[in-house]
Formats: sequence, structure tokens, C-alpha cells
Amino acid sequence: MEGPGAAMPRNRLAVAGARATTQAMLRNQPRGDVIRNAVFAGLLLLAVLIALAGLLALLIQAFAKGSSALSLDLFTNPPSTAFPERAGFRPAIIGSLELIAGVILFVIPVGIGAALYLEEYADSTKWWNRLVEVNIQNLAAVPSIIYGILGLAFIVRGPLDLGFILAAGSLTLALLVLPMVIIASREAIRAVPDSIRQGSLALGATQWQTIRRQILPASIPGIATGVILAVSRALGETAPLLLVGATVFVTFDPTPFSPDGYSAMPVQIFNYAVRPQEDFQALAAAGIIVMLVVLLAMNSFAIWLRNRYEQRW
Amino acid sequence: MLQSSSPRYGEKAIHGLLAACAVLSVLTTTAIVISLIGPTIGFFEVVPIGDFLFGTDWTPQFEPPSFGVLAIVVGTLNVTLWGMLFAIPIGLGAAVYLSEYASPRVRKTVKPTLEILAGIPTVAIGFFAASFILPEVIQPLWPGDFLGGATGKPFMALAAGLGIGLMIVPIIASISEDAMSAVPRGLHEGAYALGATKAKVAVRVIFPAALSGIVASIVLAISRAVGETMIVVLAAGSTPNLTFNPVEAIQAMTSYIATTATGDISTGSIDYKAVFAVGTVLFFMTLVMNMISIRLVRKYREVYE
Repeated sequence: MEGPGAAMPRNRLAVAGARATTQAMLRNQPRGDVIRNAVFAGLLLLAVLIALAGLLALLIQAFAKGSSALSLDLFTNPPSTAFPERAGFRPAIIGSLELIAGVILFVIPVGIGAALYLEEYADSTKWWNRLVEVNIQNLAAVPSIIYGILGLAFIVRGPLDLGFILAAGSLTLALLVLPMVIIASREAIRAVPDSIRQGSLALGATQWQTIRRQILPASIPGIATGVILAVSRALGETAPLLLVGATVFVTFDPTPFSPDGYSAMPVQIFNYAVRPQEDFQALAAAGIIVMLVVLLAMNSFAIWLRNRYEQRW
Repeated sequence: MLQSSSPRYGEKAIHGLLAACAVLSVLTTTAIVISLIGPTIGFFEVVPIGDFLFGTDWTPQFEPPSFGVLAIVVGTLNVTLWGMLFAIPIGLGAAVYLSEYASPRVRKTVKPTLEILAGIPTVAIGFFAASFILPEVIQPLWPGDFLGGATGKPFMALAAGLGIGLMIVPIIASISEDAMSAVPRGLHEGAYALGATKAKVAVRVIFPAALSGIVASIVLAISRAVGETMIVVLAAGSTPNLTFNPVEAIQAMTSYIATTATGDISTGSIDYKAVFAVGTVLFFMTLVMNMISIRLVRKYREVYE
């Protein structure tokens, strides 16, 4: 009788033999395959490196061009065509902050509300709910300039008739990023497991109580990440603002409802960028640096938030 | 059915309120369509629709003006073509690398870094395209007088195309990578067990299995490229030009809209209506592509999730 002790070395021998054969086989791959494999892997790596090099070149070029114009004057001085060395971004920065405040005020309640409806209330077998869903996915990919046309025809003029005021620009940007907020919030809400909902409902909580006390608290990090990414998109958007009245030579601090006009950071950068003189090019690059720093900070915060509070169920 | 003992009007009100938020999105689309259609019909009362769709001269500022939209549609396609020629190989290469080759640690750093590209404002990419890609990359590398030569030109379609390419690489890479990661492990293991090399697994197994997601990412990227405004305004110029020559200045649909519909345009003028007619063309072009892309994404989700 062979005991387990006797079988062990034999098993080990068999395994070692099998491993050696396999490795020998693998080593004997046709030469063409080995070369093709290496070339393929090299090309893939090259693709990644080209994309990263593009990003790096963009950042380095902005710093190389703009560092000479970087100073506190950028934040305190209004724009100027006559004195580029004293020109700044003050009204544009204030305008952008006000625009963004409006976007946040609009997008948080409406975006989360729509996401909650679609995830918690809507019966997705009904055609109208599917229509809403496809519609939101499509809106997320509509070109931003089309939102500019909407803003011009519907908000600035037409039914809402607000005129070329900052609030109209803010509402246009809010509609532009709303689909992003809804999609991100839906994903965060969907990640909350059903057992939480059922447990809460079984204890006698109403649907809204379940949402408010269980689902929202659990999905807030994901929602916040989506909101931050959407806001950073709104902050960098230029094209729709050109259509809804963001003008360039605003030398005073803009207010939300004033008919005197307003400005925004990317629009101001655009205006400096189209001037060929070296000084204005430097100003444009300096403005880009400021925007990139703010946006990178916001994006990093969003990623940190997601990693820090992401719940694994 | 379980019935609550009180009518719960509050719950019903909340239900209605949340539904209203969702309906707002449908209203947005309706508002877009309405605001485009009205002035577009007004435009076609002045300019025959055939002249608009099939004309090749876009000269709204001349007397008499000519509104042949093909000139600026081709301008848009010119830029899009070069952008896609750059972005498809780079984006797909990056996606295959990230999903099949990269270690989890590399993937965790490279993917968010690429996504930073997607978050950079397009006005910054446009500035980069006009003041770096054009003078420092294209002009020194362009072979002499080929296609008319690149020297001394302040605007060209290729510069905008490469800028747009840079912008959409992360869209292609990220969505394709998601689709490839959704392919079940069993397919990899089966192919390896049959003796396939890594490259063969990636190209012949994973790639076809994830094809609908990959195509969706490319269609979505084309839609983005067609709708991009600031990069084409800054780097491609505003000269309507019916050509696919990469080193010519062109005008895209979006740059016509952005440079014409600025604050002081008067509501009733033919230029104002032309902006909406071009906007309608742009909206429907991107709508078709978005619908295809949404459908394809749903298809791969259905197969594997």
C-alpha cells in the first residue's frame, strides 16, 4: 500500500516535469511570433507615450510662454489693449466665479433630482422613461456651441428674454453640464446595493425616507465627484459664452443681473490668444496656467474624494 | 398589495418634483430643436434649400451672398479626418496597452493622467495647436512644397486636426479600455490555453469581442471632433475652403457660428438665420452619430454584463 507520503514526491516530480515541458514549449515559440509580439508591445507603448508627450508639451509650452506674464497683477488688473504689461484678468475671474456659482446652484438639485427619479422611481420598461434616458445620453454629447445657440435663442432672447446678462450665461452653462451630473449621479446611486433599500423599506421607512437617510448619504462621494468634474468642464467652456454675450473688454467687476455685460476667464484668454503681439500671447499663456492650476486642483480633489470615500459593499 | 395607512401626499409631491427634474432634460432637447427650426425655416424662405445643401461657395459677406454649406461642412470634415487619423491609432493603442499589457499600478496612474487631457479647456488646446503644433511641429517637419507647402501659414486644418486628436485620444482610450476590460477572463484564458501569443490574444480575441464598444468610442469621438469650436477657431482659421488639403486654412461649421453670432448680430438679419441653419446641420450630424454610439454601447453591455 502506498501512503500519502509516498505519493507526494511522485506528484512533485510529475508537476516539475510538466512545468519543464511547458516552459520548453513556450521558449520554442516561432521566432516570428516572438519578434511580432515585441514589436506589437513596443507600438502600444509608443501610443501611450505620444499621448502623454502631447499633454506634457502642452503644459510646458504654457509655462514657457506665460511665466513672464505671471504676476499678482493678473488677478487685480482689468484687461487692456493699450498696455499689455499692465493688463490682467480681474473682471474675467470674478465673472467666471459668478458663472460657476450659478451653475452649482442649478445643477446640484436638478441633476440629483433627475438621477434619483431615473434610478429610484422610474420604471425603465416604460417607453417614456427610456426616452428620457436616451435623451440625456444624447444631450451629454451635443456640441457646446449648440447650447450657445439655445442660450441665444431661448434664454437671452425668445421665451425667457433675459438679455445679455451673466445669469443667462450661467443658465446656458448649467444646461450644458447637467447631463454629466445626471449620468455620474445615477452611477453613484446605482452602486448602492438593493439590500440597503429593502432593509430600510422593510423597517417601515417611506421611499423618500429611504432615499434621504440611506441612499443619498451612501452615494454622496460619487455624486460630488461628478459635480466637481461637471463644474470644471463649465469653467473651461468658451464657445457657448461667445454666443450669449460674454464680452471681452469689461473693465468693471461684473454682477449677475447687470445689463452692462460680463466676461469670463476662457473668453478673455481667447481674446488675448487671437492677438499676434508677443505680450498678448504671454498673457493668454499666463491665463491658461491659472486655469490649468485651478482645474487640475479640482480634478485631483475629485479623484481623491472618489478614492477616499468610495464604499465597497 | 400593501397599502400605506395615510395618503402620503408628501411622498407623491416628491415623486412629482423629481420627475419634473428628469423631464427638464427632455424640455432642453425640445427647446434646442425649436430654437433651431424657427430661424432655419426663415432662412430657407430667402435661400433655396438646394442652394444651401449642395452649393459649394460659402460667401455670406459678398453681394449677393452665397450660402453653399458644403464648403464649411467639408472644412469640418477636413479637420475631423486628420484628428481621427491621429487619435484612432493612439487611442486604441493606449487602450490595448492599458487593458492587456500594463501592470495594475501603471494602469492606475496612466489612465487618470490621460483623462486630464480630456479635462483641459479647449481654448488652451487651441492655443497650443496654433502657437506650438503649427509652428514648431508641422512647419519644420512638412516636406517642402508638398501640397502647397506649410511655411508662412498662420492657420491650417492639420494643426487644428492634431489639437482635436489630442483632445479625443482619452475618449477613445477610456471607452475602448472599458469595453476590453468587460470581455470575460475566460476568453483570455481559453486563447492562451490554445497557445496564442499575447499579441494574438489582444488582436484576434479581445479586439473583436470588444468591437461594438470600440466602434462606439470612435463614433462618439467623431461627434466630438465635428462639434469642437475653439480649437478650429484658433488654429484652422476662417476661410471657407472646399478642400481636404491639410495645410490649407479652412472654416468649420462651428467656427462660422462662433465668429458670426457674437453679441451684436441683429435678430432678423440673414446672417442670424444662417447661423441657425448651420446649427441645424451640425445638430443633426452629431445627433445621428450619438445615437449610433449609444446603441453600440448598449449592445456590448448586453452581451457581457
